[in-house]
Amino acid sequence: MCLGVPGKIVSIEELAGFRLAEVDISGTKRKVSLDMLPDAQVGDYVLVHAGYAVQVIDEEAAKETLNYLEQIEWSD
Amino acid sequence: MVRLIDEFRDPELLRPLLQRISSYDDRNYSLMEVCGTHTVSISRFGIRSAVPENIKLLSGPGCPVCVTSQQDVDKAIELAKNSNIILATFGDMMKVPGTKSSLAKEKAKGANVVVCYSTREALDIAEEHPEKEVVFYGVGFETTAPTVAFSILEAKKRKIKNYSVFSTHKLVPPALRALLDSGEVRIDGFILPGHVSVIIGLKAYEFLSEEYGVPGVVSGFEPLDILITIEMLLKQIRSKKAKIENQYKRTVTYDGNIYAQKALEEVFKIDDAEWRGIGLIPKSGLAINEEFEDFDASKKFDVKVPYSIEPPNCSCGEVLRGVKSPFECKLFGKGCTPEHPVGPCMVSSEGACAAYYRFERYTRVVD
Ligand code: SF4
Repeated sequence: MCLGVPGKIVSIEELAGFRLAEVDISGTKRKVSLDMLPDAQVGDYVLVHAGYAVQVIDEEAAKETLNYLEQIEWSD
Repeated sequence: MVRLIDEFRDPELLRPLLQRISSYDDRNYSLMEVCGTHTVSISRFGIRSAVPENIKLLSGPGCPVCVTSQQDVDKAIELAKNSNIILATFGDMMKVPGTKSSLAKEKAKGANVVVCYSTREALDIAEEHPEKEVVFYGVGFETTAPTVAFSILEAKKRKIKNYSVFSTHKLVPPALRALLDSGEVRIDGFILPGHVSVIIGLKAYEFLSEEYGVPGVVSGFEPLDILITIEMLLKQIRSKKAKIENQYKRTVTYDGNIYAQKALEEVFKIDDAEWRGIGLIPKSGLAINEEFEDFDASKKFDVKVPYSIEPPNCSCGEVLRGVKSPFECKLFGKGCTPEHPVGPCMVSSEGACAAYYRFERYTRVVD
C-alpha cells in the first residue's frame, strides 16, 4: 500500500487552483497531483504514490547509493 | 540519468555485499522490517534465504490492510450495505474477510463498491453522482494518509458535499514503541519503512535509539538498498552504537515532506487505535478533526456492528507481531491460500503470508 514508483514530470497544468503534473512512469503517462510538492518542476524525477507526487528524487543521492561499495572501506 | 530500478538489482553489486554480510557470523542477529513493501521485496528477491542463517529477518506490523481491526473491516462492510452509499477503496481491501462477509461478497450481491487507485478518483465519482454518498474507506500509514487529507481539503474547496472518509489510518512509530515495550520478540535493529519516512522524515524514529538503544535504518526497496541497510544495521549492532541512519537518501530527508505533514495536522487529530494482533495502541491512529466532520463518515453515518470475531485458527496477530513466521501457521498453504484466504495477511499483496506463499514456499528448508 505504501508503494511508490519513480517517474519524470513531462508537463504541469493548473486546474481550478490545483497543480497537476503529467508524469512518465516507465513509458506510461499518468496525471498526478502536486499538492505535496508545490515546488516540483518539469524534468524532475518524482516518487508517485496513489495519484500524488510525494517527493522529488535526488539523482546525486541515487548515484551515491550505486557507488556504495566503492565508498565504504572493506573493514570497519 | 540513472533509471532508478534496474541498476539497484545488478548482481555484480549484490554479490560482494552478501559476502561482506556473511562475515557477521559471530552471533545471532534479529532484524525486523516494518513495511509491507519491504516484506515483499525481501521475499521476492530471495533475500531471507540469501543471508546467512544467523541473520534472521522478521516481518512486523507493516501491512496496513493486515493491521486493520476486525471491527473496522466489519464497519466498512456495513457502510457498503447502505444502498445510498458508493464505497470507494484500494483494491487490497476487497477480499479481507470480515466476521460474516467481505466487500467483494457484498459487491457480488449488488453493493456499490468501487476500487480506486487514488482518492482523486473517488472525488470525481462523488462529483458525477450527486444523488449518492461516496465514502472513501481510508486504510494506510503516513504515506497514504496525506492523499486522503488532501482529498478532504479538495472536496471542501470544490464544494463536493457528498464525499466523506471512513478513516482507519494508523501511525508507524507508536507501533514500534508498542512492540519494544512488550518485549515479546528480540529485535536487534529495525529496517525502517522508506515511503512512510518520505512523509515523516528520519526525525520521527530518534526515540528508538535514544530511549530504547535500538538502531534503525530507513531503507529503499530494491535488493541493493535492502542489503546495504542490513549491513548498516549489522555494523551498528556490532559496534553497540545505536542511531537512526538513512540508506534511502534519494527520497527521504531528516524532516520529511512538510506540506504533507501540514495537511495531516489540519485534517486529522491523533487518536487511540485498535490494531489487529497488537490491540489498542495509544495515539496511534488518525481520526478526522471536528472542523472537517462533514467529511467524516463515522459521524455522517451511524455504523454499528453487533460483534466482531477474527477468523478462527488464523495466526495473523502473531505474524504481525513477529512472534510467528507465516510458515508456522497451521493453515498456511493448506486451508489458507491467496485464492481462498482465511486472514488478511494472506489477502493483501503486501501481507507477510501472501508474500511468503508467493515467493518462498518452495525455498523453505524443512527443519
Ligand atoms: S496463513 Fe492464513 S490463516 Fe495463517 S496467519 Fe496467514 S492469513 Fe492467517
